[in-house]
Amino acid sequence: MASTTTNLSSAAAGISRSRLALNLCAIAVVLTALQYMGMLPAALHRLPETMIPPFAIWLDGIFNFLKDDLGLLALTRFLTSGLEWILDATANLFYGQRRWPNIGPIPWTAVAAVAAVVGYYLGGWRLALLAGGTFVWTALIGQWKIAMQTMSVLAVAVPLAFVIGISLGVAAWKFPWVNRTIRPILSVLQTLPFFTYLLPAVIFFKVGPTAGAVATTIYAIPPMILMTTLGLQKVSHEVVEAGHMSGCSRLQLLRHVYLPSARTEILVGVNQVIMLSLAMVVLTAFIGMPGLGAKLLAMMGSFKLGRSFEIGVTIVLVAVTLDRLSKAWVAKQPEHFERGTPWWKRHLMLIVAIGAFVFFCILAQFFELAADIGRKHNFSQGKEMDNLIKDVLALDAVQSTTYAIRYVLNVKVLIPFRDFLLSVPTPALILVITALGLWLGGRRQAVIAALFFSLVALSGWWDRSVITLYSVLSAVALAMAFGLPLGIVASRSEKWSRRVLLACDTAQTFPSFVYLIPAIMLFGITDVAVIFSILIFAMVPLTRYTIEGLRTVPAEMTEAADMSGATRMQKLINVQLPLALPTMAVGFNQAIMFAFFMVIIAAFIGTQDLGQELQRTLAGTDLGKNFVLGICVSLMALTFDQIIMKWANDRKQALGLDQ
Amino acid sequence: MTDAQPVITCQNVWKIFGTDPKAYLEKMPAGHSFDQIREDGYIAGVKDVSIEVAKGEMLVIMGLSGSGKSTLVRCFSRLHDITGGTITVEGQDIMSLSEKELIDLRRNKMGMVFQSFGLLPHRTVLENVAFPLEMRGQDRHQRRERAMEVVKLVGLEGREEYFPRELSGGQQQRVGIARSLAIEPDIWFLDEPFSALDPLIRREMQDEFLRLQAMLGKTIVFITHDFDEALRLADRIAIMKDGAVEQCDTPDQIVLHPATEYVRKFTEDIDKARVVHAHVLIEPGLSGTGDPVDAGATVHAMARILVQDGRDAIPVAKDGKIVGAFSRTAALDLLVGLD
Repeated sequence: MASTTTNLSSAAAGISRSRLALNLCAIAVVLTALQYMGMLPAALHRLPETMIPPFAIWLDGIFNFLKDDLGLLALTRFLTSGLEWILDATANLFYGQRRWPNIGPIPWTAVAAVAAVVGYYLGGWRLALLAGGTFVWTALIGQWKIAMQTMSVLAVAVPLAFVIGISLGVAAWKFPWVNRTIRPILSVLQTLPFFTYLLPAVIFFKVGPTAGAVATTIYAIPPMILMTTLGLQKVSHEVVEAGHMSGCSRLQLLRHVYLPSARTEILVGVNQVIMLSLAMVVLTAFIGMPGLGAKLLAMMGSFKLGRSFEIGVTIVLVAVTLDRLSKAWVAKQPEHFERGTPWWKRHLMLIVAIGAFVFFCILAQFFELAADIGRKHNFSQGKEMDNLIKDVLALDAVQSTTYAIRYVLNVKVLIPFRDFLLSVPTPALILVITALGLWLGGRRQAVIAALFFSLVALSGWWDRSVITLYSVLSAVALAMAFGLPLGIVASRSEKWSRRVLLACDTAQTFPSFVYLIPAIMLFGITDVAVIFSILIFAMVPLTRYTIEGLRTVPAEMTEAADMSGATRMQKLINVQLPLALPTMAVGFNQAIMFAFFMVIIAAFIGTQDLGQELQRTLAGTDLGKNFVLGICVSLMALTFDQIIMKWANDRKQALGLDQ
Repeated sequence: MTDAQPVITCQNVWKIFGTDPKAYLEKMPAGHSFDQIREDGYIAGVKDVSIEVAKGEMLVIMGLSGSGKSTLVRCFSRLHDITGGTITVEGQDIMSLSEKELIDLRRNKMGMVFQSFGLLPHRTVLENVAFPLEMRGQDRHQRRERAMEVVKLVGLEGREEYFPRELSGGQQQRVGIARSLAIEPDIWFLDEPFSALDPLIRREMQDEFLRLQAMLGKTIVFITHDFDEALRLADRIAIMKDGAVEQCDTPDQIVLHPATEYVRKFTEDIDKARVVHAHVLIEPGLSGTGDPVDAGATVHAMARILVQDGRDAIPVAKDGKIVGAFSRTAALDLLVGLD
């Protein structure tokens, strides 16, 4: 890395950024060419094993010190018992586990009815139908128990994440030093692959629901912190001063003025907590958490696609319901009642909900079906669908198409690309990324890129990291090939923009796991399935931000283009795209982050990258290795995040688009 | 009106914004101008202001945006901590108050109305008005009763269960006024209370405000950027520019004798006859005969007498007693706009 640093310092001497970036690339090309000619010393191609510091062992040492010598394990085990008690209670209520308070399970009809009333209260008939319908579907399809296993963990993890998140958010807003400490940790946490959350959770909090709840909680905290801080900062000065002049003490000011005024942002945080918790709780299947995720994992593992599909639908329905309900809660404004409105009228919805709940609970005492839909009565068509899907996939037309796609992509594109990336010497790849950082971002970004990727090289997992990078890059490239044209076409009409944005919104609420289902269905257990699942996941933000970028181009500018006699194409290329580019870059960045997330999950299909190794660590207690692998993913993702966001912000500023 | 001890006294008050304003103020050479301070990277929000507010008086602080008027009033209520000088409120140096004493002061003595109302969006009208009472721990029943009283006072009866967003701007400001009056403060700060309202509503609210003041007789510091509003409401006007007070006097004096060029520009388009009162015109040495005019009458109100009367000097009476006389020609000059 010595060469990079000297090169960087010469940037100050006046060589332009792009020139320097070009030089770096040239060095990389020379290195690669030397490697191809067989003239590059092996030590410059890959770091020799002997030079790789044993990070994993050091980390293990630190963890062991924390765990045993400092007694962290004793503490977490103590917390575990408390958490276990709460989880047992919710488990009893939701699906009748034989634990205190021994009154569950709540009949499915009662849950569905209450959900419908809540839906009606928050958003009228449509939400009532959605919320009630979701639970009716879940019961009828025979997935009530597993769905409730998932819900019982959510019911603990979401409030926990909310409380911790809002407290830390308030602290970060109040004390600058907390904010300064928390920020970098949050950005690492947000890029850390979920497998890295799982293993420590298992080791410190026992296998099963407790570890699942802890991993879910930790995973969902960051956006709550950020939204709380943001909301509190946005409270208007005058409202705060009015609080002061009303003689509020500090606590009163926080409780009565700041927090209620930041309601919108805090509720948006709650929405994100719920959605992230759901995404994570499904994934905790990998550490043996029973529920929808575990069932889906098992079904996909045995290639029962029909039943996987049914579970997928349930998960999607639950996700959409929770998302819509919490978003409706954000938008819900208090309505006043005329003076003298009787008590029951003010709390009509509450009374109806309680009434419905009691009614169905009593009903369930007499009618077995209202309490529980057993195996014999449910409408699951899983087996039939399994066969149907198998039959459809076995059709010649389908098979030849997917086979053709698979063949072309795999043999002509993906594998050559992967082999090429793997053949590039380590320093050359680092140089190229550094050059990218220098060209798009600046010196700071270049240093970050060089430093982060060097660390990845030092970790000893370079080849696996490169394979991860290859999956991400090829999937995002393909996603751009589909997502950008789709966004551009949709942005032409108001109607289609709205439709596609709604579709993107909805697709974004799906827990990522669900995206594996169609991928496996179509392409089986191959590299193409991995790329395909990442592709559809990453396409969502690309399309979405393309539309948003194009739609928010100021009307005067497009009108000016029209009046200058530009054709549609000229207008698009010369006016709209340049102005939309910074926004689109944000979408591109998200697509890359999503891809890094998805590629790890795709380990389930069978990959040879970091995710696969990570998944393997889950079986053991190899915390050090787990962390090193996780950090590798995080470092790569953060590099791209830093470079792209810097570019987007610079560009926005240059165009005068930032507010 | 101005005989008793002043309620608010501020002496050589400075408020400087920047990284280390205290240290900067100490080593800053005297007589530094606003622009010089800005060149050093600091902003002089309030610049060496000495002013007094008497009991029951309405002081209007007038200035364009950025002149420091809002900053000054926030120094009075210690929403801002001042950088230099002293502010005493009813004899207490407010910078020496502990947090608890400050809260007590605000809970019992001060009320403030804000330009954008500063209402709490999640509380109804009644709950907003009762908020200061709730903060000082009054019980629910009492505070509802008192809040209802003030809501009626500002003419919002029947709207007490509404939420702020369901009200018009004028109505929202009535809530703001009601809230600031709920604790029966002795000192009332109003920071451009009517600036966010459209002109017709503004006029109506000014009338309403004068009605309230006639009833309550509070000590008031009123901020505005509207010179007409200042003339209409004020006992005294302080005109601010770049953080400093250019002139502080009665409307009559400001109109008749602007202290600086800056102040004169404001007074240029003003119909002085509507501002100047008979007692201000009194010239020593003159003594008139015949029916006196009332000391509180404006030149404009006396127009008919001034034109039709033949006397050179017209006597002025206050509470039925002759206090002096003014020259009719001087008054006529004012009336027709000759200075």
